[in-house]
Amino acid sequence: MTELIKRTAADTAAAIASGEVSAVEVAQAHLDRIDAVDKKVNAFLHVDTEGALSAARAVDEKRAKGEKLGPLAGVPLALKDVFTTKGVPTTCGSKILEGWIPPYDATLTTRLKDAGVVILGKTNMDEFAMGSSTENSAYGPTGNPWDLSRIPGGSGGGSAAALAAYQAPLAIGTDTGGSIRQPGAVTGTVGVKPTYGAVSRYGLIAFSSSLDQGGPCARTVLDTALLHEAIAGYDPLDSTSINAPVPAVVEAAKRGEVRGMRIGVVKEFAGEGYQAGVMQRFNESVELLRELGAEIVEVSCPSFTLALPAYYLIAPSEASSNLARFDAMRYGLRVGDDGTRSAEDVTALTREAGFGAEVKRRIILGTYALSSGYYDAYYGSAQKVRTLISRDFDAAFAGVDVLISPTTPTTAFPIGERADDPMAMYLADLCTIPSNLAGNAAMSLPCGLAPEDNLPVGLQIIAPAMADDRLYRVGGAVEAALNDKWGHPLLEEAPAL
Amino acid sequence: MSVISLVSYEDALASYDPVMGLEVHVELGTKTKMFCGCSTELGAEPNSQTCPTCLGLPGSLPVVNAIGVESAIKIGLALNCEIAEWCRFARKNYFYPDMPKNFQTSQYDEPIAFNGYLDVQLEDGSTFRVEIERAHMEEDTGKSSHIGGATGRIHGASHSLLDYNRAGIPLIEIVTKPIEGAGERAPEVAKAYVAELRELIKALDVSEARMDKGQMRCDVNLSLRPHGREKFGTRSETKNVNSLRSVERAARFEIRRHATVLDEGGTIIQETRHFHEEDGSTTAGRIKDNAEDYRYFPEPDLVPIAPARDWVEELRAGLPELPRVRRARLQGEWGLSDKDMQSVLNAGAVQPILDTIAAGTNAEQARKWWMGEVARNANETGTELSEQPITPAQVARIAALVAEGKLNDKLAKQVIAAVLAGEGEPDAVIEARGLAVVSDDSALGAAVDQAIAENGAIADKIRDGKIAAVGALVGAVMKTTRGQADAAKVKDLILAKLGVEA
Repeated sequence: MTELIKRTAADTAAAIASGEVSAVEVAQAHLDRIDAVDKKVNAFLHVDTEGALSAARAVDEKRAKGEKLGPLAGVPLALKDVFTTKGVPTTCGSKILEGWIPPYDATLTTRLKDAGVVILGKTNMDEFAMGSSTENSAYGPTGNPWDLSRIPGGSGGGSAAALAAYQAPLAIGTDTGGSIRQPGAVTGTVGVKPTYGAVSRYGLIAFSSSLDQGGPCARTVLDTALLHEAIAGYDPLDSTSINAPVPAVVEAAKRGEVRGMRIGVVKEFAGEGYQAGVMQRFNESVELLRELGAEIVEVSCPSFTLALPAYYLIAPSEASSNLARFDAMRYGLRVGDDGTRSAEDVTALTREAGFGAEVKRRIILGTYALSSGYYDAYYGSAQKVRTLISRDFDAAFAGVDVLISPTTPTTAFPIGERADDPMAMYLADLCTIPSNLAGNAAMSLPCGLAPEDNLPVGLQIIAPAMADDRLYRVGGAVEAALNDKWGHPLLEEAPAL
Repeated sequence: MSVISLVSYEDALASYDPVMGLEVHVELGTKTKMFCGCSTELGAEPNSQTCPTCLGLPGSLPVVNAIGVESAIKIGLALNCEIAEWCRFARKNYFYPDMPKNFQTSQYDEPIAFNGYLDVQLEDGSTFRVEIERAHMEEDTGKSSHIGGATGRIHGASHSLLDYNRAGIPLIEIVTKPIEGAGERAPEVAKAYVAELRELIKALDVSEARMDKGQMRCDVNLSLRPHGREKFGTRSETKNVNSLRSVERAARFEIRRHATVLDEGGTIIQETRHFHEEDGSTTAGRIKDNAEDYRYFPEPDLVPIAPARDWVEELRAGLPELPRVRRARLQGEWGLSDKDMQSVLNAGAVQPILDTIAAGTNAEQARKWWMGEVARNANETGTELSEQPITPAQVARIAALVAEGKLNDKLAKQVIAAVLAGEGEPDAVIEARGLAVVSDDSALGAAVDQAIAENGAIADKIRDGKIAAVGALVGAVMKTTRGQADAAKVKDLILAKLGVEA
């Protein structure tokens, strides 16, 4: 059965469609794998065994009736616990939502179900997607399958770890400041933050509404593209959803060719704080792209240095408002309601017990930044920086097709190392945040292991908004060339669990 | 409050100049809520008209109701406002259990409509211009019912029930600029403004604007300043004043209360006040200093609204006849003096008269009965004219019977009184009470003969040409017939019998 879990999503779908294996067998193989390794990895907060098997059965029945199956029918998927799933617990990694069973499916959940994708369960994450290590989950940290004592990135560490541990060939993440790409980078998997508005946010529990974007994660560029195509597209339930055709990402991934493309290297993403082995693999990637026929140019985006402070004003500000609804009145945790206390006291006690330290920190930060008298200096200024960053991107994309950088300055750090140092933790998102602020598209894919620690390094590719296909074109080319060079996918070098 | 004696209204005005600001919330009559597809129908089972969005469930998102935006623009245009070329929603962050998201999706510094005015007519027929600061879109909250307390307020309650059916119903908040210079007429201006606004909203057909159903709610902000001073005094905000009469009373009470506090050298606290229907007083609510901080910021879940100019112009061209214009037209059509028209307006008789005309009566008759018998009943019972238990169709039927000579005015009044008393349709009342005019010529002839015989001296005067004296004989005939004769016919008969040309 090992064979089944190591297959790509594309191969698995083909095998199911041809009748080589049943969707139920595939689902069972992955459920068995979860059973075998998840005590160590802790990628899943909830495994929906019955739901997964019944979805798989439905695919098998459809096939038996001779109905046409979609390109991902029967393929198992790990869903970040930030998307609502009707009848299946959704916690967002927080105690405050413990026990909540959503009465509705997110649009993304509906699309996955409609595509015949088999949702195995909900994956671990930093509470309310606030973090870069998954250590902020109220349900314990997730281990990085490359080294279980290290972080799998965050906030979508559960989804990335599930891919790297062969618990699922597909996963869903959300990326507010790098929460798809940074976990992808440190686990040697692929993750894409689509253009803001490409994937519906309806049913995505909001952290920072103007930055949050759901996206696909997988072990290969093509699988990521197939999932991208399944979840993207206009949704009338999300006012910020883009009403335009989804770029041809699958075609671009298959094409995987960069000859004649102009690729910009962002000058500002280097220097102090960047691990030597990360820069080495990144520079090799630049050379590789040149060899593959791309023209490499250096690009300067001076405002990017302001991205991190701007992000840590905008995201907490929106979060402070988005999280105000968790008041113990209507759903989720309720603490201290013993008949003697006022509603206000019950709310206070519930929030005290239900929110973790990082969530509280950001709510307080955001509340402060939005206060009258401070708004202009903080939130207002941050929005201006956002405009400057967008202009830097516009200027850069006037001369190049895509930009590249390391995804994150370092490889996976040990669990606990940065837990008490928020500033050090925030630096993990240095290279990823500008794309969230500008709303464009970006991918992370593996580009090797850092020589000093043998841990995966991620290459980030950034494309203009609505040009998500360029990510897959470049990513497909890099992946093919590197797999040729190594003779196998990078993940095969990960130690057995 | 009531134990302290307030200075008189006249004394208050002798020392101070009132400044008012009026904030009116109008619930739009859209079929669905402002940001989701739930029904807005009133009276449904609690929490039956809710969905993830209006319950503020995690992950839910708003989508703007296009009809809500259209209604807001219509209101803005009718209030002579500028319509924003580009505006956004904003989050107003504050905590309350009946607000599902703990922020209200509203508008802040970018309202859809701004800088307008509404001319209102006062009872003496003069016009007062109320300047409009802004009209903006927002959503209503749910409704809390506090159970177990004596007052229905949260204080002293054992528990509260929450109904989110109202949460997310579209609201337009219309805010005036400070209303200055109204002097002693400030309360009247406030009432006239809200009345005019209500007529306007109804004419636009964007809401029924029923104050008794909470579809239109008014906050009266008021401050006093000593005569001659330019700087405004500290204001109080009397919330949810929900009838026209209450708006006037609340303003009046606050003028007296402020004056009382200021006269004693005290300071007015900036606070909300509750209005009490029973005695017209207000009591303190929560303190509202300027430090109250809603942490507004642009709503990131909604895209900006940029109403196309040609659409706005299309809406402007499609506006219905506005109440002021309509009133002038009706006054002309009905041939009324300014004073008579004002009486009709003050009595709230325009619509009943129009409906009665539509049922076949002429304007003069329709006005006569509504402004006469029916209005008297309304005054006596302290109720609105439109609420009287008589329909325009019934009034029209009575007017028709008078025109046919089957009723005279005296009988008609009796019929109206009987209908108001719940005795049924006019024809049934006439039948049951035997109120028909005596038109039997022989019976009437006998009565006329008797009257002439009994009043020989008067009859002689008439024969001598003093025709005006005929009234006394008509009166005598009416007396014998117990009023059930047609006075005009009686007069003709008498003159004929006496051989006099009318």
